Amino acid sequence: METIRRYDFKHMHYVGEEGRLIPLLQKAQAEDGYLTKERLFRIRDETGIPLTQIYGVATFYAQFRFKPIGKNLLRVCHGTACHVAGAKDLTEEIEAQLGVKNGETTQDDLFTIETVSCLGCCSLAPVIMIGETTHANLTPSGVKKILRKYQSGEKK
Amino acid sequence: MTKVIVGFGTCGIAAGAEETYRALGQELGARDDGLAVARTGCIGMCYQEPLVEIRDDAWRRHLYGRVTPERVPRLVHEHLGQGKPVDEWLVWSDGGRGTESDFLTKQVRIALRNCGNIDPEEIDDYLTAGGYQSLLKVLDALDPDALISQMIESGLRGRGGAGFLTGLKWRFTRLAKGERKFVICNADEGDPGAFMDRSVLEGDPHSVLEGMAIAAHAIGAGDGYIYVRAEYPLAIHRLKIAIAQAERHGYLGDGILGTGLSFHVKLKEGAGAFVCGEETALIGSIEGRRGMPRVRPPFPAVKGLWDCPTNINNVETFANVPWIVQNGPQAFAAHGTANSKGTKVFAMAGKIRRGGLVEVPMGISIKDIVFGVCGGIKEGRKFKAVQMGGPSGGCIPSELQNTVIDYESINKTGAIMGSGGLVVMDDSTCMVEVARFFLDFTQRESCGKCTFCRVGTKRMLEVLTRITEGEGKDGDIEMLEDLAHRVKNTSLCGLGQTAPNPVLTTLKYFRSEYEAHISNRKCPAHHCSKLLTYSIADDCTGCTLCVKACPTGAIRGEKLQKHVIDGAECIACAACFKVCRAGAILRD
Repeated sequence: METIRRYDFKHMHYVGEEGRLIPLLQKAQAEDGYLTKERLFRIRDETGIPLTQIYGVATFYAQFRFKPIGKNLLRVCHGTACHVAGAKDLTEEIEAQLGVKNGETTQDDLFTIETVSCLGCCSLAPVIMIGETTHANLTPSGVKKILRKYQSGEKK
Repeated sequence: MTKVIVGFGTCGIAAGAEETYRALGQELGARDDGLAVARTGCIGMCYQEPLVEIRDDAWRRHLYGRVTPERVPRLVHEHLGQGKPVDEWLVWSDGGRGTESDFLTKQVRIALRNCGNIDPEEIDDYLTAGGYQSLLKVLDALDPDALISQMIESGLRGRGGAGFLTGLKWRFTRLAKGERKFVICNADEGDPGAFMDRSVLEGDPHSVLEGMAIAAHAIGAGDGYIYVRAEYPLAIHRLKIAIAQAERHGYLGDGILGTGLSFHVKLKEGAGAFVCGEETALIGSIEGRRGMPRVRPPFPAVKGLWDCPTNINNVETFANVPWIVQNGPQAFAAHGTANSKGTKVFAMAGKIRRGGLVEVPMGISIKDIVFGVCGGIKEGRKFKAVQMGGPSGGCIPSELQNTVIDYESINKTGAIMGSGGLVVMDDSTCMVEVARFFLDFTQRESCGKCTFCRVGTKRMLEVLTRITEGEGKDGDIEMLEDLAHRVKNTSLCGLGQTAPNPVLTTLKYFRSEYEAHISNRKCPAHHCSKLLTYSIADDCTGCTLCVKACPTGAIRGEKLQKHVIDGAECIACAACFKVCRAGAILRD
């Protein structure tokens, strides 16, 4: 991890590097899959930002996790358009197919389900996103096929 | 040379643009006329994705819809081989043909002028389309004050929702004292149901960069940030490419185009907090803190990022700027109404036949957008309402469909213009449920600073949930109204001040639905499952499908005889309703 300038309390608003806390957390999560205790301590040691503040920021933003996730993050969109197009039924089907609930990871470690507010793909609702791939115009039977492709290893 | 172009926005890719692109590559590779496949951003016709355009030397354009790989061979053979357009798949052509031509011909595209026309990953495409000419023009011949006057004259108002005059905002930041100044582009498009900014960033990122550089010249800023949601990986990818290309060509960086202007743009990825769309919260987030709004004034124009004067505009606002500089403020002000000039991009979604991205002049009526441009309601159902402005907005009922779209008229209905998400609802949508949905969103996204926003929205959600589950009580409506006004009046930022709008507008226009839920334990839209009772009509063919589907064994009946549901055992799960082929399951 890069070392950044020590946090300067006297000039808290000095135009400097302290704005890097969020990118640092994002980088840590991208590498480890979630925020580990060790990483947070290290960020504290290297930046001088108090741990309370680091933890405060990390818990504020929905992106940050404190638990590991499966190989694929499966985000089910619950935006307005998806909501009126049946996102609830879709979520129930996904949960039934994978045998885990929102926020949980499957036994085989293949998927972690996460419901999100809006993926911005509203005209093709309902949609889900697996990794960085968006799947659109889904029906409960359509989503089953997509999950199979990942489960059989056809898609990674 | 003739070009074959595939739409590569997130929508297009989700609908299978990659496969179509590969199939076209193979098909064209088999011919030897040297034709290649190109890519472009969102064309706007998301409901017809994947879209393929064939554009000849003379820029004669034919746009084909739903071009799956199976359709590729015939398209290439007939259109390119024999010179005969395939009329049955043609959705639009500049000759006025095509099944969907109303969708494009009724639009006026200013912010979206290049979306779907250029390859967003090629700066040369943008330059050929007249890109960065406006920046050149202002650096050459327009001093900052004259530029700001032009922006004010154009009447451009902030497209993020609040609708503040852009030129005036620039003037405030210009006049503010400070050694360093910043320009921020707010691309934290968090409203569920909105995707205008994503499409602009994916389809024409350079127009936003050019708009920012022009703003930097106007206010005297040296640095800029684009704060973009992490949920938009493609937009981030294309912005990174665009920034690098613009720097290489000297449109960003030190001494832009040989002048004294230096302007550096950095990308900041959001971390998933809706409240960061609020400008002071967004600044907090860039500074590395929790995104919590603070009291204004001082406004960011005076005291913004790291306490320096900061100008924040939305993506669409910036995308309009180069066009206004190039075509003059009068050309922009020629569109629209007395107080709302120009055009507005709307993200059309929900129960609409043609969902996608449209740009229309201000002053068009809701009816004209829903029926004229977007072809009316899906599956021939009845138009009930439009939801405008996302969680801060409200539901406008079909009775008010002649309302014209400008900032003031929309505010009068109780909704707001917002950033441009327009979700259309039909008679199967329960308005109490919609209100519950938005409150669920806002109470989760409340940053927690103001008590009424933090606790009040939670209590409102509890009441709404209770009503949709058939546990509503007398006095619930009054309690909702009371809480709504308190949350509105005691919250610091826009999130809390507008969070009750979905409840207030549905109470205003659909009060009888609330009353039916509470007094009669009925959901008129047949949506709230706990309020539905199921029975079987005489149309029943006795196929026993429902008997097998019922998880509680509540349905009885012999084969080929009419079945019966035992109301005491029915848990209203709708399993029978979904499997019945005869349409014999009734719900009320």
